[in-house]
Amino acid sequence: MASYLARRLLQSVLILVGISLITFALLYLLPADPARQIAGRSASADVVASIRHQLGLDQPFYLQYLHYAGRLLTGDLGRSYVQRTDVASLIVARLPPTLLLMVGAITTELVLGLGMGIAAALNRNTSFDRALMVLSFVGVSAPQFVLGILLLYVFAVRLGWFPIGGYGSPQHLVLPALTLGILGAGWYARMMRSSLLDVLQQDYLRTAHAKGLGGAVVLLRHALPNAILPIIAMIGLDIGTFMSGIVVVESVYGWPGIGQLTWQAIQRVDIPIIMGVTLISACAIVLGNFLADLIAPAIDPRIKLR
Amino acid sequence: MRPVRELLRRKLALLGLVVVVLTVGVALAAPLAAPHDPAEQLFDGLTLEGAPLPPGGSYWLGTDLLGRDLLSRLIYGARTSLLIGIAANGLAVAIGAAIGVIAGYAGGWLGSALMRFTDLMMAFPALLLAIVLAAVFSPSLWVVALVIAMVSWVQVARVVYAETQALARREFVEAERALGAGRLRILWHHILPHLVSTLLVWGTLGISTTVLLEATLSFLGIGVQPPTPSWGNIIFENQTYFGSAPWLVFFPGAAILALALAFNLLGDALRDVLDPMQRGRH
Repeated sequence: MASYLARRLLQSVLILVGISLITFALLYLLPADPARQIAGRSASADVVASIRHQLGLDQPFYLQYLHYAGRLLTGDLGRSYVQRTDVASLIVARLPPTLLLMVGAITTELVLGLGMGIAAALNRNTSFDRALMVLSFVGVSAPQFVLGILLLYVFAVRLGWFPIGGYGSPQHLVLPALTLGILGAGWYARMMRSSLLDVLQQDYLRTAHAKGLGGAVVLLRHALPNAILPIIAMIGLDIGTFMSGIVVVESVYGWPGIGQLTWQAIQRVDIPIIMGVTLISACAIVLGNFLADLIAPAIDPRIKLR
Repeated sequence: MRPVRELLRRKLALLGLVVVVLTVGVALAAPLAAPHDPAEQLFDGLTLEGAPLPPGGSYWLGTDLLGRDLLSRLIYGARTSLLIGIAANGLAVAIGAAIGVIAGYAGGWLGSALMRFTDLMMAFPALLLAIVLAAVFSPSLWVVALVIAMVSWVQVARVVYAETQALARREFVEAERALGAGRLRILWHHILPHLVSTLLVWGTLGISTTVLLEATLSFLGIGVQPPTPSWGNIIFENQTYFGSAPWLVFFPGAAILALALAFNLLGDALRDVLDPMQRGRH
């Protein structure tokens, strides 16, 4: 167990180093010159050269990378071109709304997805099952921005049940969380269905039935816990989809989180912010994978052997 | 031909196939199928107050904010979506297959280096990485396709890697090697043929992802640039008016959903039909 953890930890650290190398290489390849950006359009060549020297941009690639990595380790993600503040504090300020939205979205996708999956598995090969599976495909194939705009149109503009975008009350959370959750629910429904069908075929369930337990007890005490746990562990692997989804959903609903920050940065080509968010998301994904790996052996002891 | 017949027997796969064939047909015949020039700002395309026309009348799906015929823009937009969807996914499958096969068959330091790189790319959220790349390289049609391919090959590489590795350990490959067959011969005659069905499935399923990614990038304003119509940028251009002109979001949105769903249904059915391990399960 200890060596398994140590190996996973080492792998995660190596991946983090690789991520910083790739983001740095992209910054390095960027056609926009940061020295020119800071100096402004009218600055003379001398001024640009001195800023260039101050920033260390005249040093070789590997030295620049080491400086970059050193800054990252102290939590310095660079400065925004447009907002003139450091990227890290901009991201930290936008974190609470995004975390709230993620909690709402995960709840939605688990409730919808697991519910649909269980209902489909228990009615296997009926037309109800097939209808649910088609529905899950529709959820997976729906572009989030279209779903977002349509939900906004129907439930906020037409019916007036929810506010038209914004932030601050539980009502504000419903539509964005639903938009993000519906996409994930499609995947969870399919996984839940096949996980439960697998469990239902196991010998220990036949034993439970044979010793005279009722169908509901077998389902609730024996089948569901074993079928749901592996899927819960997958939430950690899901963070990447979320980080992509929030950019779209937060921009549609005017939700003041990291996604909206990114969307505004895209419109103004504010590369340091886009890069900072990408870097933070990649770290969150690595962390999520690591946590999923931590939970996995606890749920399924066979994994320890690998 | 058994897989084809089996595929056609499935109603959902058939539905997906019909949608795909229709879209391809309309895209190919765009100049004939489109009632108007997609870029023309029609003289009677706006109301007297300058608002877009709702669906009906001489413009079946209405007009957009600039008084252009929405149906014609959607028909030309199908070209963009299919072109980028198919090109980007084709490239992604090619890159993924190459990396997966080399890593799975060569093994050793090269194999682990390639797979560690794949793990690394896996850690980037696809859309954000595509946004960074699109911001670094200024977007044109082919750059968008390239960017999407660069973030989409990872899954294919992992699947192909796992399959190649399993195949390379099978007895028939062992037997070939004992008979003196060279590495390339084994690769070409005994490993690649077994990967065809996997690549076919990913080649279909993946298009749905690339179509959605193109639409999303274009919706964010960093994909296909107007005036070239793409289903995503039609929504991007008109979204501020969705309250008064919802058809400008609804129709392109339905088109994206229909195409992505069609490729998903087709790919899923292909996987069932082509993968003997999956057949009969559940």
